[in-house]
Amino acid sequence: MLESRAVDVLKVADARKSFGTTKALDGASLTLEQGEMLALLGPNGAGKTTLVRAIAGRVRLEGGSIELFGRNLDVSGRNGGGRESLGVVPQDIALYPLLTARENLDAWGRLHGVRSTDLGPRVDRALTWTALADRADEPIKRFSGGMKRRLNIACGILHEPRVVLLDEPTVGVDPQSRERIYEMLADLRNRGVSILLTTHQLEEAEARCQRIVIIDHGKAIAVGTLGELVERTVGTARRVTLTLDRPTGRALPGFEAGSSDTALVALVSDVAVELPSLLGEVHGTGSRVLDVEVRSPSLHAVYIHLTGRDLRE
Amino acid sequence: MIPVLLRIALTNLRRDRVVQAMTFFLPIVFFSIFAGVFGSQGRDTTSRVRVAVVDEDHSPASERLIAALKKEGGLRVQTAARPPGVGPEERGPQRILDRERATQLVKDGTLPVAIVIPAGFGAGFGSFDGSAKAIELLSDSSDPVAPHVVSGLLQKTAMTGAPDLVSRQGIAMFEKYGGPLTPRQREAMDTWNRMQQDSTAGGTGADSTARAQVGGLLQVRVLDILGEKKNNPIVSFYAAGIAVMFLLFSASGAGGTLLDEVESGTLERLLTSHAGMGTVLAAKWLFIMLLGVFQITVMFLWGMLMFKLDFLPHLPGFFLMTFMTAGAAAGFGLVLATLCKSRQQLGGLSTILILTQSALGGSMFPRFLMPNSIKKIGNFTFNAHALDGYQAVFWRDARLIELWPQVAILAALTIVFMTVARALARRWETV
Repeated sequence: MLESRAVDVLKVADARKSFGTTKALDGASLTLEQGEMLALLGPNGAGKTTLVRAIAGRVRLEGGSIELFGRNLDVSGRNGGGRESLGVVPQDIALYPLLTARENLDAWGRLHGVRSTDLGPRVDRALTWTALADRADEPIKRFSGGMKRRLNIACGILHEPRVVLLDEPTVGVDPQSRERIYEMLADLRNRGVSILLTTHQLEEAEARCQRIVIIDHGKAIAVGTLGELVERTVGTARRVTLTLDRPTGRALPGFEAGSSDTALVALVSDVAVELPSLLGEVHGTGSRVLDVEVRSPSLHAVYIHLTGRDLRE
Repeated sequence: MIPVLLRIALTNLRRDRVVQAMTFFLPIVFFSIFAGVFGSQGRDTTSRVRVAVVDEDHSPASERLIAALKKEGGLRVQTAARPPGVGPEERGPQRILDRERATQLVKDGTLPVAIVIPAGFGAGFGSFDGSAKAIELLSDSSDPVAPHVVSGLLQKTAMTGAPDLVSRQGIAMFEKYGGPLTPRQREAMDTWNRMQQDSTAGGTGADSTARAQVGGLLQVRVLDILGEKKNNPIVSFYAAGIAVMFLLFSASGAGGTLLDEVESGTLERLLTSHAGMGTVLAAKWLFIMLLGVFQITVMFLWGMLMFKLDFLPHLPGFFLMTFMTAGAAAGFGLVLATLCKSRQQLGGLSTILILTQSALGGSMFPRFLMPNSIKKIGNFTFNAHALDGYQAVFWRDARLIELWPQVAILAALTIVFMTVARALARRWETV
């Protein structure tokens, strides 16, 4: 049987960049596969934005290479060319507030080289795509944060790039807008667009992205699907938390102390087999089990496991 | 509560250099400029009025008047000049001035005033019966001060430079209407006249304020050879002065949109599009320049409608000067914007630089009021060259080709400003 092999559309290898004595990128590498959404995670100052800006041609690398659709991009900053198939959506709402949604789309479309004949239909499609058609002719300074974010994304993809870089696309928006933004991104993926997004929303990365790259101190420290990362770091055991009506009065084998004296925690590899015996053991102490919570290993646990709990400022 | 809030305010002030400069430095600069301009009037540093003198009379009286004028401390008298078209720096024989050449010198702005002593002046000098020939002052009323200064000094010089002639004419008039003097009276008058003649021959001509104030001895006719056909001559001066100052403010404000774009992230986004930094700056420059042209045009139109400014006949020169001035102002605004890190910093710096430049460059008060030292500093300002150009257009009816010095300076400034702005803007490009 033939195994289908993913095509890498973007390859960053051994990217290096320093600002003064600070190494922002210290040999960072990643690959983005055709049609996938790849989450780029990392603490503040880990090098995420520098890496995205280097791919976009806005940061001059001191070493390493960037390949887009098999073609080496200039990383010296002298020539920003070869990036026509790249779309960049910045973290800032980089739009003109006194222009209407339609005028913003029109301006950014032209600035990205969209021909006049194609521009009208694309702007109309973008307005529908962002659910802003009924507000198309209002200055965007009156828009909510979520509306601006959606328009911010649309302005970055009007030239129909095949690879899109998004820096924190859902920061500061309500759950409804966030949902809409991820629907928009899923739609892009369905059209074959490959997406690299940086985020601090671990649950979203876990739920929406096919693969995850965790970057820290300027280098990628883990790459893979959530399952692969879990297996390589915190392990696949489920975390079972029992809440009791009163303390057991003694330590029970297989349990760890929980967050209070009426909570018990156990790690189990097979819930169906191990949970009944754990419950029986508690029952034997005379305590009653009020609640049972079973949690599979999360990206959050992986992230903390890899990057630690120290503050990064 | 109040001490805490006070401490916060003081700490903010201590750390904000721009506010400190606005609070302490700017008032001192302005005080110094105003004190320099108005505080030194009458002292040696005040500029002497340059004046051409044409002698059409060639009488002893006219020659003595010219000699006395040359000794007058408030005047710099010129009785000869090189023929037209020969620059002051070029060598060549000078010719004695005639009325035509003197008029030309005033018209082309070389001198603000020319004195013409008409034929027959000496014969009637000092007579009080109205038969004396009037001295003519050919003036450029874009400088409203110089004719009055020269007129006053003429009266003073006539009294201090030739009192014996005045006295003789007075006695002659007395004898004509009141009968001849007795021999003893005549002897006393002759002795008095000899004393006057002796004392003025080696005198300074500027010795007595009391005598200078006698005034009205000479008949002086002021001829405005430039402004006489104009409806409201001084308006164009102020229109240009104020327009250029506000042009600089609007240019630096519009240049600040570059900083807005940095802050909002649109510049970063623009630089990932097909537009490079050069394109962004060129577009900004073009927009600010056109905005400035529109702004100045509106101002002059208002001047035409409300103050009878002689606008329409000067349109070609006006537009040449306005495009050049607005272009250089746009470059200036972009230099300031690329130099500053924030809108706040830009606001402070531009206020300081623009107000200082405008004061020194003649936007707030005419440069002919300024002492030479301040005038020289003013030559380094943007406003001085722009205003010179507008003056040439509206006062001297200069042809377009005659505006080349101002056009060349403003074009050079534009190139320098844009080169500097481009270099400073590199910090926003690829890092």
